[in-house]
Amino acid sequence: MTIREKMIEARPAPGLSIGPLAWLRANLFSGPVNSVFTLLGLYLLYVLLTPTIQWAFINADWIGTSRDDCSREGACWVFVNARLTQFIYGLYPRDELWRVNLVFASFAVLIAWLAIPRLPFKRWIAVVTLLVFPVVAYVLLYGGYFGLRLVETHRWGGLMLTLILAVVGMVAALPIGILLALGRRSEMPIVKSFSVVFIEFWRGVPLITILFMASVMLPLFLPTGVSVDRLVRALIGITLFQSAYMAEVIRGGLQAIPRGQEEAAAALGMGYWQRMGLIVLPQALKMMIPGIVNTFISLFKDTTLVMIIGLFDLLGIVQAALSDSRWLGFALEGYVFAAFMFWIFCFSMSRYSQYLEKKLHTGHKK
Amino acid sequence: MPTRPEVRQAGPKPPFWRDRAKRALIFQLLLVAAVAAFLIFIIGNTQANLAQRGITTGFGFLSNTAGFGIVQSLIDYSSQSTYGRTFLVGLLNTLLVSALGVLAATIVGFTVGIARLSPNWLIARLANVYIETFRNIPLLLQIFFWYFAVLRTLPSPRDSISLGEAVFINVRGLFLPEPLFESGFGLIPLALALAVGASIALVIWNRRRHAATGRRLPAGWMSLALIVGLPLAGLVLTGVPVTWDVPELRGFNFSGGITVIPEFLALWLALSIYTASFIAEIVRSGIQAIPHGQTEAAQSLSLPQGLVLRLVVIPQALRVIIPPLTSQYLNLIKNSSLATAIGYPDLVSVFAGTTLNQTGQAIEVIAMTMAVYLTISLLVSTFMNWFNARVALVER
Repeated sequence: MTIREKMIEARPAPGLSIGPLAWLRANLFSGPVNSVFTLLGLYLLYVLLTPTIQWAFINADWIGTSRDDCSREGACWVFVNARLTQFIYGLYPRDELWRVNLVFASFAVLIAWLAIPRLPFKRWIAVVTLLVFPVVAYVLLYGGYFGLRLVETHRWGGLMLTLILAVVGMVAALPIGILLALGRRSEMPIVKSFSVVFIEFWRGVPLITILFMASVMLPLFLPTGVSVDRLVRALIGITLFQSAYMAEVIRGGLQAIPRGQEEAAAALGMGYWQRMGLIVLPQALKMMIPGIVNTFISLFKDTTLVMIIGLFDLLGIVQAALSDSRWLGFALEGYVFAAFMFWIFCFSMSRYSQYLEKKLHTGHKK
Repeated sequence: MPTRPEVRQAGPKPPFWRDRAKRALIFQLLLVAAVAAFLIFIIGNTQANLAQRGITTGFGFLSNTAGFGIVQSLIDYSSQSTYGRTFLVGLLNTLLVSALGVLAATIVGFTVGIARLSPNWLIARLANVYIETFRNIPLLLQIFFWYFAVLRTLPSPRDSISLGEAVFINVRGLFLPEPLFESGFGLIPLALALAVGASIALVIWNRRRHAATGRRLPAGWMSLALIVGLPLAGLVLTGVPVTWDVPELRGFNFSGGITVIPEFLALWLALSIYTASFIAEIVRSGIQAIPHGQTEAAQSLSLPQGLVLRLVVIPQALRVIIPPLTSQYLNLIKNSSLATAIGYPDLVSVFAGTTLNQTGQAIEVIAMTMAVYLTISLLVSTFMNWFNARVALVER
């Protein structure tokens, strides 16, 4: 039997298992194939990034008022700068912009309140957002009441129009989508088949044909003499399209609720609408939020299609500005700016949806 | 003495509005009545409006002369052709860009999706940047970018960029050499057919032999060698009966060869790149959905890494991947209708655009266009459902 009387000396840390060098070896140069891939990736980065940075930042011109201020060696952000107000507000009267700003600022506050989990009174804020806010926003944007100047919808445009189309389409599609999803799960054969046909029809055709239909056929459907604003026509098309996609997301959420929940509610003597409204939907809607955010992102991107029927959303107004004879040849700058705006919105929303998914996921795993 | 519990008398029958079956019936009848009333309202209005505008309904216009040319057509078409022919040309152009788009998006999407899971940190990051960049920018914007900012700024035909003096690219499009088949070429497709037949037989035989004896041949590599080798051998034996019609600069433009119009290139590039970013995400999540235990179990059976992927991970991942992949394919086909924004002559552009404007037959034209997309959607989803049912896990 051996007895050790002294502590064994602590051995040094194994060579190259910690520190930046070891990280490099494990993640970038773990073998010959990986090393080749890493070098190829670095080369690709070099080839793509150097001219991009040169063009967009180093050789770019930022300050000025006309195309003469651009050296044409890099990007000419003067173009975007000069048109910025138009890109954001369209042709909205310049001295009335505070109305748009007020609407979007209050909308941002409401949405932030709903999105941050810690804040209280969620239910009341949701009611205000869905019922009170649309009326206030309409009065402020369109005007004609309380001494506000009337601003026709053909003067709306840019980012403002993109946001309006996406938000209104979404909010209007939500209740229709809920009804359709409930209808599709209904036991009544006629209700079910109506819902299925409606959903599959709008999901099966491209949004562009729906917009064409809304702009060409809708006037034929209405009584003679009744005319509908072009923006409203586009909104009707977008809402129908979006409600079908929404219905499928909601159906997915409903399917995730165990049958026992509804049966237990029925055993307590609740009627159909009580079971749905008090037991099933509140649970399902919470689980559906990531899916709803994802469909909202695709709707947000799809609103660009309205330029084909003659509305000037963010992309439409950039495209129109490109054909201005004073600013010919700045297509790249215009598109990069529009892409950047869309990207910021879509990326942050998709991050939020991923965060929610993760949060809901751990909640269910326990 | 214990009292016997009183037998409850059956009460009067509940009124009909408390009877679920009757309530459902009444509700459904009301729904049918409401929809019917809505349809009658719309049809009545439409008839009145059409009569007022003097538009005759019907599909007779399809046999009228269209009177406009189309820049790209897979079948014979001239401005003397009928609107029916226009419809067909548009449909074929839609199918062409969709099929090539699906092909490219699948290849790029799977590559990027697998690269996203690479142990190489840089490659995984690059794949992630690709995905996050392209799926968060509207497709229409990407189409405009490729068309107006890239392809429209290429040099004129006189200073076109050339690859080996055979492939040219300039502002008018991409010019490729066209193979011209001489007599004796008929043998090559024959050899190809023979090779495909032999490969199928080989794979089936190999599978049976594997089941019976446990031994297997590298049938995949052998079929590849057959399919590539046999036609090549045929080509060499017959003395390469192919000449190439190389595009040449004549006057202000190229002639000869195959011309790919810039509208097609822009649409195809944007559709493929955009859809590939979604497919990559689907592939990544599909592979990640397979529990790691599956891989470990396969490894503990001492399967080599290639077989672990081929026999264990990929078949299970495909089950997760296929349903969302189907909807991406359908999205791509529907998104090809954005062609109309840059003037690629697809169905929406030449039929729902030009034809509608010339004839004014809004209802017929839009209905036909929508019917085409609905049919394509139904066909693709039927096929993919069949395929999905084949690879799906059979439970109980």
